[in-house]
Amino acid sequence: MRLTTPLGEALKTFRRAPLLSGLSVATIGFSLFTIGLFGLVALNFRQTLRTLAERVEVVAFVLRGTPTETITAASQDIQAFPEVLEVQYVSEEQALSRAREELVEFKEAYRDLETNPLPASLEIRLKEGFRDAGSAQGVAERIRGFAFIDDVRYGRDWVQRLDRLRTMAAVVGLVIGLAFAIVAMVIIGVTIRMTVLQRAHEIAIMRLVGATNRYIRGPFLLEGGIKGVLGGLLAVLMCWITFAVFRSTAGELGGSLVFFHAAHLGLIVLFGLGIGLLGSLLSVGRHLRHV
Amino acid sequence: MIRFSGVSKTYPNGVQGLRDVSFHIPKGQFVFLTGHSGAGKSSILSLIIAEQQPTFGEVRVSGYQCGKLSANEVPRLRRKLGIVFQDFRLLEYRTIEENVAFALEVTGAPRQAIPSRVIRVLTRVGLASKAKAYPKELSGGEQQRVAIARALVNDPPILIADEPTGNLDERATRGIFQLLQQINGGGTVVVMATHNLALVRDTGYRVIELKGGEVVFDSGQDTPAAGPA
Ligand SMILES: Nc1ncnc2c1ncn2[C@@H]1O[C@H](COP(=O)(O)OP(=O)(O)OP(=O)(O)O)[C@@H](O)[C@H]1O
Ligand SMILES: [Mg+2]
Repeated sequence: MRLTTPLGEALKTFRRAPLLSGLSVATIGFSLFTIGLFGLVALNFRQTLRTLAERVEVVAFVLRGTPTETITAASQDIQAFPEVLEVQYVSEEQALSRAREELVEFKEAYRDLETNPLPASLEIRLKEGFRDAGSAQGVAERIRGFAFIDDVRYGRDWVQRLDRLRTMAAVVGLVIGLAFAIVAMVIIGVTIRMTVLQRAHEIAIMRLVGATNRYIRGPFLLEGGIKGVLGGLLAVLMCWITFAVFRSTAGELGGSLVFFHAAHLGLIVLFGLGIGLLGSLLSVGRHLRHV
Repeated sequence: MIRFSGVSKTYPNGVQGLRDVSFHIPKGQFVFLTGHSGAGKSSILSLIIAEQQPTFGEVRVSGYQCGKLSANEVPRLRRKLGIVFQDFRLLEYRTIEENVAFALEVTGAPRQAIPSRVIRVLTRVGLASKAKAYPKELSGGEQQRVAIARALVNDPPILIADEPTGNLDERATRGIFQLLQQINGGGTVVVMATHNLALVRDTGYRVIELKGGEVVFDSGQDTPAAGPA
């Protein structure tokens, strides 16, 4: 005699309606895959931003004829600013030779110069948490206070643009992520609803012989949870395949691409479990009332 | 065991299924509910099993007030009732013994005890030899016996049967009726709704006749319970 268990009942749906169950796992998988794909893009975008942001620096041009000791002392003061990672002194000569190297177009022009038109400067790199427009401006203001400083520049425009881009990435990620979560839940709800309908006869008999609502709900929640986890695993697999294919075809760029950490992957599966459970809980409750 | 006091039932569509129905069914009684189609027999049974709530009046079944049960109390009431319908309501893809075991599984009975309890009740309805068969392989009368076995496996003090012989021929009807008599002989209250007046006649059991939702005849109102109480 085969006796039933809630887990057995939950798994039975997969055997009794393999197509429908496969379909719901696949839809959950695809929903999470889309979220995962966006996550991957966001992850790599953030990675790129971080590399870009490292270049955020404040450049202070030094007045001609300032003694080196003054500059060295000031460098130490600036180095002590909480936002500052590193201060580098670039002398007039260094500036010129760098210009000759980097600005190939002006190579000829610079060669014939009799006097060096380039000022010496202090290049100040900011610590990781301070690479934004506000901090850069704060540091610039304070450096402007030194008497021997002629002018201070920081890439105000593109620092601000970077800020905006970062905020936009976060907002777009959140909106798309939420939208897909809702879509996935609706799909799960529909699938569970179909299962409830399929089992309406059985549920009616359970009620008749005195099964509790909690007992009746059990297999549906389990089923939703299992589908969610399977969908999550499927999404992880699809993300990885997509990533691998993309990396191998992207050539040089591919090498710098990053994939999810184990914690991210766990989160995707957990997210699947969550929407599976929630989706089934919502629709089972609603539907059982009518059986 | 079962007491209706001034019970009226108006369905959401405005149809009045029952009007001012009152009766009391004591321990051990066998009661027929009769009346034409639409008279209100099923309405009475659905109030007893708390599938519906009375619009007015009070329905009491083994200490439960059926109109005011919480979602958690309904299953507890149902475990004290065995319920049988005209259409058997068996699960096609389960064997006979699994159909009966189902009632024990889903109500959380100790699992080791299930097989022996199932065999015992199948023996009681005369179907021990068909334990491994599927419902489709059984006659209508046999299927109804399975449904009765499932209703009895939790040892309920009350058996509710809504036209249990409605789909059966003369011989099978007799067989089911005899089985219900035996069950009543063991002390179980049996409330059976039926169209079959030939069956009701000469049994000596209490008859409650309904018409348009009202009780128009009750043979047991003032007489003591028939059958061994
Ligand atoms: N769920 C319901 N919703 C609306 N009206 C209902 C409902 N159940 C029963 N009725 C109505 O209540 C009246 C009594 O119905 P009931 O089913 O109790 O009769 P019955 O005596 O069991 O009839 P039958 O012998 O045909 O089974 C009928 O007019 C029926 O249409
Ligand atoms: Mg009826």
